Amino acid sequence: MARGLGQYILIRALMIIPTILILYTLVFFFLRILPGNPVMAVVGTKNIPPEQLEHLMEMAGLNKPLYVQYFDYLKGILHGDFGVTLAFPMGKPVWDYISQRFPATLELAIWAFTVSVLLGLITGVLGATKKGTKVDTSMRLYSIIAYTLFIPWFGMMLQYVFGIHLHWLPTSGRLDPGVDLHTITGLYVLDSILTGNWEALVSSIRHLILPALTLGIVLSGAYTRLVRNNMVDVLSQDFIRSYQARGVPDRKVLWYALKNAFIPVVTLMGLQFAILLGGAVLTETTFSWPGMGTFLVDRIDYRDYNAIQGAVIFFAFFVGVISLIVDIVYAILDPRVKY
Amino acid sequence: MEIAGKIAEFLFGKKPGRGMMLFGLTIVLIVLIMAIFAPWIAPYDPTQSSDDVFAPPSGEHLMGTNRLGQDMFSRIVWGSRIVLYVVFIATLISMAIGIPLGLVSGYYGGKTDRALSVVMDSIYAFPALILAIVIAVVLGPSPLNTAIAISFVYVPTYFRMVRGQTLSLKGQLFVEAAHAIGAKNREIMFKYILPNLAPTILVVFTLSVADAILTEAGLSFLGLSVTPPTPDWGYDLRVGQPFLLDGYWWLVFFPGVMIMLLAMAFALIGEALNERVSLGTR
Amino acid sequence: MLLEVKNLSIYYYTLTGVVKGAEGVSFSIDRGEWVTFVGESGSGKSTVAHAIMNIVPSPGRIVSGEVVFQDRDLLKLSKEELREIRGKEISMIFQDPMTSLDPLRKVGDQVIEVMTVHGIPEEEARERAKELLEKVNLPPDRLDYYPHQLSGGQRQRISIAMAMAFNPKLLIADEPTTALDVIVQDSIMDLIEALKAEGTSIYFVTHDISLAAERSDKIAVMYAGKLVEFGTVEQILENPLHPYTKALIEAVPDLWKEGKVRAIPGYPPDLRNPPSGCRFHPRCPLAKAGLCDAEEPEFEEVEKGHYVACHFPGGWRG
Repeated sequence: MARGLGQYILIRALMIIPTILILYTLVFFFLRILPGNPVMAVVGTKNIPPEQLEHLMEMAGLNKPLYVQYFDYLKGILHGDFGVTLAFPMGKPVWDYISQRFPATLELAIWAFTVSVLLGLITGVLGATKKGTKVDTSMRLYSIIAYTLFIPWFGMMLQYVFGIHLHWLPTSGRLDPGVDLHTITGLYVLDSILTGNWEALVSSIRHLILPALTLGIVLSGAYTRLVRNNMVDVLSQDFIRSYQARGVPDRKVLWYALKNAFIPVVTLMGLQFAILLGGAVLTETTFSWPGMGTFLVDRIDYRDYNAIQGAVIFFAFFVGVISLIVDIVYAILDPRVKY
Repeated sequence: MEIAGKIAEFLFGKKPGRGMMLFGLTIVLIVLIMAIFAPWIAPYDPTQSSDDVFAPPSGEHLMGTNRLGQDMFSRIVWGSRIVLYVVFIATLISMAIGIPLGLVSGYYGGKTDRALSVVMDSIYAFPALILAIVIAVVLGPSPLNTAIAISFVYVPTYFRMVRGQTLSLKGQLFVEAAHAIGAKNREIMFKYILPNLAPTILVVFTLSVADAILTEAGLSFLGLSVTPPTPDWGYDLRVGQPFLLDGYWWLVFFPGVMIMLLAMAFALIGEALNERVSLGTR
Repeated sequence: MLLEVKNLSIYYYTLTGVVKGAEGVSFSIDRGEWVTFVGESGSGKSTVAHAIMNIVPSPGRIVSGEVVFQDRDLLKLSKEELREIRGKEISMIFQDPMTSLDPLRKVGDQVIEVMTVHGIPEEEARERAKELLEKVNLPPDRLDYYPHQLSGGQRQRISIAMAMAFNPKLLIADEPTTALDVIVQDSIMDLIEALKAEGTSIYFVTHDISLAAERSDKIAVMYAGKLVEFGTVEQILENPLHPYTKALIEAVPDLWKEGKVRAIPGYPPDLRNPPSGCRFHPRCPLAKAGLCDAEEPEFEEVEKGHYVACHFPGGWRG
């Protein structure tokens, strides 16, 4: 069984490679079809000496034929080399930025993801168990409204109410100024616990609440709907009535139903996580959260194509890893999956 | 006339989801009117600065004014043009590419189909907003470019849906019957299969418009859609954010509400349609 | 009397209208008696079975009636009191063994659970689970299997094993063999019969009257949510009084006799809007205008233990 699972994971991992390659190719060529070249885009119309331009081109790896660049970059990625920045500060490895910024995004994503799944489960189960009532209708409306909230707007409203008006929570950054934290993983909450730094723990959690709620609530709408529909479906099946007929208490029956309803939700999680990452770009921008999203937006302002390319391709890897994890979780949860 | 009656019955008939449908259609209609009659509805020139800066909402300025003293209500009214333009161009392009590709790919199958599916699935699995950002960056800020960027990320939505349905329809009796009477492949695809997909396409259309509205707002929030001083909801939201600290809530409240209402309107219509379509097939 | 059902009505409140799944159903089952309910699908025989257990699926609701089991009205019991009876004194097996077991849990855990929720310690339950499997002719190692690893017949045996956990007073079997091969069917029927031999009463649902005839003591015929005839097997088969019962019997193909199987003309009615008067009148050869389409016949005892709801019981005999 264990060996079978190992094999299954390997096959799934191999199946993700084409996806990442396709996205890499797309992004690589997109960024090459722009008029002129990336260096000129940064330098602009300023007149610079040709030898300096030559140097810049070489540094960016742009002086070789396109197909050579394509494979060189790919080779680099496998060694953790995502190229160098082309705009201020010029020539720094993009990987340095990614490794510094990514944990912030991961932390936000994990919390927002947890919020969204929990909210989705609660509202979905409520809707399903009260099917056809006003509760069901309200949960359905919740799902649509949550889904169509515009993240920056919703975030700003929360900032206005809980930050600016009530002064309960901070509205930007990850830690209060003056709070020191020795980082190990880059996930501040985890690091605070690991180093026993309670001041940082409180501060980091307080900073996380609004962004995680913003992103989590918006993402929960899709779960509400899916959990509700699956739950209705499962509750109508014979095995639920069969449990009842055997004298199994209602609370247990609901739990078994939920487990069954949750399986299709797991399959959706990979896709939802991708949407969450898109939303994270907006959330980070709204809350000045120093993650991959703000890095990307920051580099866009500089037209730093190397950094943009690096960041986006890293996102592609990350999405691939997530969908692999989802596949594995699914295989473990559902005994019917053959591997 | 009879068809018009049927459509009216389909849209407004006393069926489940009627409330959602009416609410959605009303909002869409209001925004449409705003966009078409913007010059008559907007009391001020949306790009005209004035000394009356940061004025709170009042009879004179329904939604207040911004840091340049521009009338927010007029900017909202004119901004509707950009959203509708971008979103409809984007959706039309993605339909024009996604539907025929999905139809042909699903109908003929084979290696091309498999390759195309892998590519489409890859794009589909990637965060739409991030991909749209990349394209928008390359193309540069303009409403048409934004539309192209958005259209790209929604092609797989149509492709996947149409391909899947085509696969299941192509084995059905009426398609086999069409073969038997000597219909050509192209005829079967476009005359027999495509019309059967129409209801589903309609549902996916409304839902993807709702999604595209949010993506457009996201791109313009990040400054990738229009250049100032063009009135645009997402962009106004970004420009207004720093002043939230000073309590000037109206700078961000109204543009955001409009984005949400419009997206919600399409989502509600899509929901109601979805219910009708699945009722019809049951 | 073990079970007495009085004037039971169950309605389904659907989006498109109220479906009268069963209306005014009354009958009784004695200790150790096998009563078979027959009728077309949608006639209400399963609905009544669900109602006895009070597990009618939403949007269905029991709108009136009593289910008196050992002198207690099950519909008036508290949740906990009812839960203690379910699975212990009354057991149930469902039609489709593919869907009546939780796909995510090992069958052993599900079998053991029946006992633990009724107060038997885990260890003892595990031992008894093995014995139960042997009783239904399954190797005990099947307890470690997931439902999808078993065949339909094996799963139905598991269901029966669970139903046998406590020697129930009543077993409700809702078309337990419909989804199975003919050969497997027989062994399942044997298991149910073995249970009956130990004193369990059987409420058996089928649409196949020939299956009913072999092993049961009494037959109840349902049509469009109504109980139309009730009596001993001999009374029903040899002296059917309702034209629908007669039609059902004639619809059974007889291997030994020449001649065509006679199907019942027409379709079962839409229960959102059932026919006025006798619900069978639109399909009935004896129907008399002004009576059958206006007045509902009473469900009356015409000979000892033989009940029928018809204006012209046995009317085709002239």
